[in-house]
Amino acid sequence: MIKHLRSAADLDAATATLILDTAGEMAALAGREVKKLPTLRGRTVVNLFYEDSTRTRISFEAAAKRLSADVINFSAKGSSVSKGESLKDTALTLQAMGADAVVIRHPASGAPHRLAAWVDGSVVNAGDGTHEHPTQALLDAYTMRSRLGRLDGLRVAIVGDVLHSRVARSNVLLLTTLGAQVTLVGPPTLIPVDIAAALSPSTKVSYDLDSVLPDMDVVMMLRVQTERMQDSYFPSAREYSRRYGLDLARMRKMPEHAIVMHPGPMNRGMEIAPEVADSSRSTIVEQVANGVSARMAVLYLLLGGKA
Amino acid sequence: MASPRADAPSKIILSASDLHRVVDRIAHQILEKTSGATGTVLLGIPTRGVPLAHRLAARIHAFEGIDVPVGSLDITLYRDDLRLHATRALGKTELPGGGIDGRRVVLVDDVLYSGRTVRAALDALNDEGRPSSVQLAVLVDRGHRQLPIRADYVGKNIPTALSESVRVSLTETDGLDEVKLTGGDL
Repeated sequence: MIKHLRSAADLDAATATLILDTAGEMAALAGREVKKLPTLRGRTVVNLFYEDSTRTRISFEAAAKRLSADVINFSAKGSSVSKGESLKDTALTLQAMGADAVVIRHPASGAPHRLAAWVDGSVVNAGDGTHEHPTQALLDAYTMRSRLGRLDGLRVAIVGDVLHSRVARSNVLLLTTLGAQVTLVGPPTLIPVDIAAALSPSTKVSYDLDSVLPDMDVVMMLRVQTERMQDSYFPSAREYSRRYGLDLARMRKMPEHAIVMHPGPMNRGMEIAPEVADSSRSTIVEQVANGVSARMAVLYLLLGGKA
Repeated sequence: MASPRADAPSKIILSASDLHRVVDRIAHQILEKTSGATGTVLLGIPTRGVPLAHRLAARIHAFEGIDVPVGSLDITLYRDDLRLHATRALGKTELPGGGIDGRRVVLVDDVLYSGRTVRAALDALNDEGRPSSVQLAVLVDRGHRQLPIRADYVGKNIPTALSESVRVSLTETDGLDEVKLTGGDL
């Protein structure tokens, strides 16, 4: 087993499949009356969050607690970071406190890679800048596999703000490893020119959502990340929504069995229409539940064995 | 304990027909000791406890026409030696419909050795529900207990040395039925 989960590229097909299988067993345990497992008793997991996050932090916290690990939540706001402490000094502090794993979210791409060099414990990337978010990709892959029964040969469209999306990058890497065929869809301003070649040569790019929808098994909508946009990437929210938003009419163009995914939080009415988000083909709530199982699997596999 | 080399001397303790007779006997004993297996659930501990539990249920059905619910209970997450080995893949936990609350649970495993697996199974069971009682059925008891645990149904007691190893093979998992003792000074 690997020591850190910094990138979806850290995972080969066998390891990724082991994580998904383990997540399946963890999900089965979530149905019991006593959800807690003694597995990580005495281990400490630090959630180091330099960016706002609700679902990812809570999801990691729930996952660690269900495995009986001690959880320390550290958010940059109201901490020594706001007094100017560097990531390295914070890391050394955590190291001194004996963290067995550090779950880090950071606005700078590559922060988890730097952190891994400074701490002895495992590092789990919970989102770094516009780079990667591997546990999101794992829970997405898990959701696809449990809904559609397989990943190999699955056709997946990732639609919207690919430029700023760490979710898109991790998903392309992981899904390609597991044999799925990914198409990136969005306005040319939000799809970096070389991204397909850089991530994996089998990835396709399209600027026309309507033409790809009939061939997809999975349509994953990305949030338009206005907080990361300094320039105007499209003329208006309304125009974006008309060309790349998933509404009911567009959903009907998808095959009967195809599912709609969104990593959340959603801009309802922008990239996804409320009726689509709430439809039975949407897996958005399932993704949140699966997130806890996938993260339990990751924490167990990173921390459960011999250090 | 180091496991013996592949070419170490080995002795067959139970042949396929011995093994079938032993399973038949345990099935009869369960029926006898549980007054007809009413309110009883068989839970196999992966890997080989699960097919054994299914065989016991099939024999009980053949003898008395009673359907005893069968499930599996994975104990990996409850082991006390997780940190001594590389991370282990998980097995399946599947409780039969109706759960285990208020029922008599018979845990089924292939080999009883240190007793640590059974200790972990008892902990796992405790998180799944509250059985009215718990019993233990094993195909082979090889001794060397490290905890105060004993089996209610034993297929065969095999006195072993610590340097020896007991290999249970079942058709479902290994392609043949056999129990072998390897290593030591046979």
